[in-house]
Amino acid sequence: MAKLTFSGGIHPSGKKNATKDKPLVELAAPEVLYFPLGQHIGAPLKPLVSVGDRVLKMQKIADAEAFVSAPLHSSVSGKVKDIGMYLNHTNSKVLTIVIENDGLYEEAEPIHTQSIDDLSPNEMRRIIREAGIVGMGGAGFPTHVKLSPPEDKEITHLIVNAAECEPYLTSDRRVMLEMTDDIIGGLKCLMRLLNLSKCYVGIEDNAPEAIALLEEKVKGTGIEIKVLKKKYPQGSEKQIINAICGKEVPMGKLPMDVGCIVINIGTVAEIYRALAYGIPLHRRIVTVSGDAISNPSNLYVPLGTPFSYLVDACGGTNEEVHKIIMGGPMMGIAGVSLDIPVVKGTSGLLLFSEKYTRHEEELNCIRCGRCVNVCPMKLLPTTLDMYSRRGDIEILIENNILNCMECGSCTYVCPSKRHLVQSIRLGKQKINATRAKEAKK
Amino acid sequence: MEKIIVSSSPHIKDNVRTSGIMRDVLIALIPALIASVFYFGIRAAYITALCMIFCVGTEFLWQKIVGRPVTICDGTAAVTGMLLAFNLPVSAPWWICLIGSVVAIVIAKQFFGGVGHNFMNPALVGRAFLLASWPVIMTKWTKPFSTGFIIPADVVTSATPLAILKNPEAGALPGFLDMFLGKLGGCIGEVSTAALLLGGIYLVIRKVISVRIPITYILTVAVLTFVFPSTGLSAFDSMMYNILSGGLFLGAIFMATDYVTSPITSRGQIIFALGCGILTFVIRRFGAYPEGVSYSILLMNVVTPLIDRWTKPRPFGNTKTKKGGVQ
Repeated sequence: MAKLTFSGGIHPSGKKNATKDKPLVELAAPEVLYFPLGQHIGAPLKPLVSVGDRVLKMQKIADAEAFVSAPLHSSVSGKVKDIGMYLNHTNSKVLTIVIENDGLYEEAEPIHTQSIDDLSPNEMRRIIREAGIVGMGGAGFPTHVKLSPPEDKEITHLIVNAAECEPYLTSDRRVMLEMTDDIIGGLKCLMRLLNLSKCYVGIEDNAPEAIALLEEKVKGTGIEIKVLKKKYPQGSEKQIINAICGKEVPMGKLPMDVGCIVINIGTVAEIYRALAYGIPLHRRIVTVSGDAISNPSNLYVPLGTPFSYLVDACGGTNEEVHKIIMGGPMMGIAGVSLDIPVVKGTSGLLLFSEKYTRHEEELNCIRCGRCVNVCPMKLLPTTLDMYSRRGDIEILIENNILNCMECGSCTYVCPSKRHLVQSIRLGKQKINATRAKEAKK
Repeated sequence: MEKIIVSSSPHIKDNVRTSGIMRDVLIALIPALIASVFYFGIRAAYITALCMIFCVGTEFLWQKIVGRPVTICDGTAAVTGMLLAFNLPVSAPWWICLIGSVVAIVIAKQFFGGVGHNFMNPALVGRAFLLASWPVIMTKWTKPFSTGFIIPADVVTSATPLAILKNPEAGALPGFLDMFLGKLGGCIGEVSTAALLLGGIYLVIRKVISVRIPITYILTVAVLTFVFPSTGLSAFDSMMYNILSGGLFLGAIFMATDYVTSPITSRGQIIFALGCGILTFVIRRFGAYPEGVSYSILLMNVVTPLIDRWTKPRPFGNTKTKKGGVQ
């Protein structure tokens, strides 16, 4: 079968060997856990508990009235020690609920007790929201919102994103190998919810064991495995839709505008656990890797666990750490400290030594065209870079800068080591700032 | 944990660097240099070394004088020097090398802002300047195997095949095999098609250049000279003489592919190469001048910004110009 792919993209070294065959290790919860309230895209949450309260494991500790939002649950039982400003995964201090683990792991009532087969689509959506499920790939968009398209948008394709195109990361692969039944159960529910008879799972060809296992298990379920060529950023929503069903999401539109819903494979497993057992999202898989980590691992971590605890569980560091990355090396955010806790979107934790953090001087663009060839959105990164540095907003908009998804492929290939995506990012921020100013007037 | 670096993603980068690309270009030019030394003697290497030293030195001095960062380590000046030498006859005196280098580096490159900002190929500008100023020196073609290091006063000269095509009295046309291997009169770097091809293959394998520009350029010249042969020649002979001489391979592989002065998109590169091919044919056929490769490339360099504007890629998701395919 021909492998599916998209146009453009890059081939960074996968670096997945360090962890791809390592089974999940369940990490015991630390003594103190931190739950920052902003872990999703949407309305901010309000704490439902106060300092001194006792909370149970899987108890809801924060929620919002708004539809576009997702509640938060404790991953341990214990006492609320503090509600205050602490460092989160965006390197800023935000309102955080701090819980002292009492080591009893006393569980709250499940969020529902109905049989999974009796659930109506709307009940499923309600449970998915109640379970606090957001996109586990990193973006953190509330899943129930994604599953509630407006009535005029007919959904024809459900696509499961298991491409995991970021180097180092292997959490999706471990989900496929170790939570296979949850995935299939979750997909059956989702097909019922969306009234579809088929769905597609996109997996890159560098995970043959996961492809073989799923191929075997999905027989007769209507789930189809689509093998994708290993290429970054295959896991981008618009690129995976393009590879699997040949459709192009129009600029500024959403996947649902072409009848597609794309869901990360880890999210599917979470959906199943919420629907089948009433378990809310309270832990996740984190790949801990990078050249400074002694023993790279795939950890199954209670949400709220500080990074330092994960590093210790992986045998500590073997080299001086110069960079902490939350997520993959292409789009992940560099962290300022190992005190930052694991949140719903933490797919990976990478620690790099000096070897990977050397700074190189920017040189003049030699117009080699590599950035243009790799741009998956078919933009002209070097042109955008030039106008972005000049701050020429009109020309930037004309050249579709807002269509850039910041995958970083241009910066990766640039032989002159220009900070292309970084300067494009600044250009986008300038545009947003200008627009916000105009809106105020 | 004392020195945590926080920077904007991506956090990894490819190993390809400008200096590495330029090193590859220099390596790719070596077979042609060896061929030239074989046919024209060690003086070919001497002229090449001279031009490279003058180009790099000029860039260094200029940047020191005007107080800009010195960028000679990126290798672009060395490539310019080598290409300039390849466009000179082996009998060129040292001061021709110096003037050509200064024109190439200072006027064509640094006046416009240095590497990446020049709008014409510096080596070709240097050559065009020299050809216009010292036409006799610049068209004195030494016969292969007639010199060593020192060019004797009564050097045996040999007209280039294209000159012979224009003026049959100038000499006898060489055989195709000799032309392919490089046994003919011409500039230092242009004579051996075989050696240039070898370098071109190396550049394609190393992904420094794509085959788009060289193949389109050479094919365009081949087709035009085949369909409209020179008087007195068969279509095939006309095509062969035209593609195997006059620096077409040197220009198509090493000069028209110059990143800075050629279009950035694939479609643009094909239009650019087509233009080079058509202009080369027109100049050779209808102009007074027998060659044409360098002027064609220079002219197309000038329209490159326009081509870039016409051939902007269709952004992903711009369904106004093309409907998104349905499964």
